[in-house]
Amino acid sequence: MSKPFSPKVVTANALLEGDVIYQTAKGWTRDLSKAEVLTDEADADLRLIEASQQFDKIVGAYLADVALEAHTPKPTHFREAFRAKGPSNYAHGKQETI
Amino acid sequence: MYSYSEFDANFLAERNAQFRAQVARRIDGSLTEDEFKPLRLMNGLYLQLHAYMLRVAIPYGTLSSRQMHKLADIADKWDKGYGHFTTRQNIQYNWPKLSDVPDMLDALAEVDMHAIQTSGNTIRNVTADHFAGAAADEIGDPRPVAELIRQWSTDHPEFQFLPRKFKVAVTGSPNDRAVTKAHDIGLRMVEQDGAKGFEVIVGGGLGRTPMIGKTLREFLPEDDLLPYLEAIVSVYNLLGRRDNKYKARIKITVHENGLDDYRARVEERFALIKPQFSGVDQKMLAAINADFAAPTFRREPVTGYQDARQHYPAFRSWADTNLAEHRAPGYAIVTISLKAHGETPGDASSGQMRLMADLAKRYGNDELRISHEQNVILPHVHKNDLPSVYSALRAAGLGTANVGLISDIIACPGMDYCALATARSIPIAQEIATHFDDLKLEHDIGPLKIKISGCINACGHHHVGHIGILGLDRAGVENYQITLGGDGSEDATIGERAGPGFSANDIIPAIERIVLTYLDIRSDPAETFLQTYRRLGLAPFKAALYPEARANAA
Repeated sequence: MSKPFSPKVVTANALLEGDVIYQTAKGWTRDLSKAEVLTDEADADLRLIEASQQFDKIVGAYLADVALEAHTPKPTHFREAFRAKGPSNYAHGKQETI
Repeated sequence: MYSYSEFDANFLAERNAQFRAQVARRIDGSLTEDEFKPLRLMNGLYLQLHAYMLRVAIPYGTLSSRQMHKLADIADKWDKGYGHFTTRQNIQYNWPKLSDVPDMLDALAEVDMHAIQTSGNTIRNVTADHFAGAAADEIGDPRPVAELIRQWSTDHPEFQFLPRKFKVAVTGSPNDRAVTKAHDIGLRMVEQDGAKGFEVIVGGGLGRTPMIGKTLREFLPEDDLLPYLEAIVSVYNLLGRRDNKYKARIKITVHENGLDDYRARVEERFALIKPQFSGVDQKMLAAINADFAAPTFRREPVTGYQDARQHYPAFRSWADTNLAEHRAPGYAIVTISLKAHGETPGDASSGQMRLMADLAKRYGNDELRISHEQNVILPHVHKNDLPSVYSALRAAGLGTANVGLISDIIACPGMDYCALATARSIPIAQEIATHFDDLKLEHDIGPLKIKISGCINACGHHHVGHIGILGLDRAGVENYQITLGGDGSEDATIGERAGPGFSANDIIPAIERIVLTYLDIRSDPAETFLQTYRRLGLAPFKAALYPEARANAA
């Protein structure tokens, strides 16, 4: 039996600012909690292809694992946690506005 | 200092205009990322975890005050008010926007600076001893040669698509402060029968397969330098592997083919191309030499300095750690520590950059250097000016007296910024520095180089740290491996791996166990950590690091 599909979000960097963005049903958000959570593998692959076609807006789209806590996506790996927050030596990046 | 000729200025203006058009075409969707990426990388623009990063070359680590002021202005106008000085004598801006980068490059061009070949599979920024032109132990100033190599390698048509990146370092001193044995090519100035030349070292490098460079030529006459370099890189360009990125560096080419085979190919190629060098390179070098003429040193007794040493203990402590011997009587080389305890190694705010620039202008022949150890150097300061320099530095948070000590840590940006990193480096460096500062042991421990990399690519030079720390991702958790006994000097040595890694919480206590063991077992307080390690080997440190293994074996 194949491994069950873990929930994912499509994430990338914005072309102009270079900051971390997440795909929503209608476009993109800078806030992981507002990202569209994908629970079906075929659907996730399709959404990733759709994202990758928007090369005039984004760079380097990929699927990142998330865990659902109270219906809100949270990062499961520390790399994604840093991407969602910003660096640890200065309060720069996303944490400036949190 | 070298100042751009009309040719240099025109070349750079044209190159910047090209890149401006490439950025515009990327933004309007005419170029895909796959098409644009090699173009941006050739101009030093990376995309990292949270933002773009612009890596600006500081050739052979030398800056004028005007250039340093411009770096500060760029940090304020287009970034977040600071810059990060790297182990390759570059400065990195961590937060530029894509659309601003062409303006940043134009601003750099105003002061003869660029970001060309700070990335990509080309010959990278040429590095040199940061004490060049000032060190008491120097045979010759390596910077004119480094500038010649910069001009030769910049946009060299044959070498724009090498199998992999290519790094050259030059030193003019027998005490190797430029880590020449860990470069693709290391050049060490030597003299033979009164003639000047170079020992040519190839195939050194750190990364996932660390190797100490091997001597290709014991003595290369000075005027053969460019044709010989061209022969080395040319052979590599054809022979180097392009099938596997991890086997593409020249260290692997030399290793797989053998040094003798590589040497024979280089000599054959050299014989072929040498006649094409008409001597114009030597005329250019002579002109460059004039740009690096030594400053006029003033002669006066160092009474002001001696008075300050006597009456001002904080100044004395700083002078004891942060000064190096200058070749001119009454002068000192000042290393400004960018390693204040708890701060990010290598970072300077725009205000700090301006202050250092102003001090260089007022007291230091208008020169600054960036060291691969991520500090800033004022190479020519009269000792009587040191008390004023120190007071100004101290007021700006730049007066830390820790050069060469345990808190003078090299750390790559790690996973706080870098897209390649597997773990963070900066917080580990910050914690080690504050921990040993709290213990008040730093000066008792004495000379000790800790170097931290956040991935196997080893930008933090962990292999040549007396204590090296490598951050890895072990099953989704940050894990830190320790290597011991590495050395980046003329006695270059790759450190030995101590054993299994430690978690982020356990790594600071592990470092403390190593250091306390050293304090217990050193033969006397004058024996450095590295000397103790060489005398006794890994065993006592391993026992301290893994007491449970000893208990289990018992």
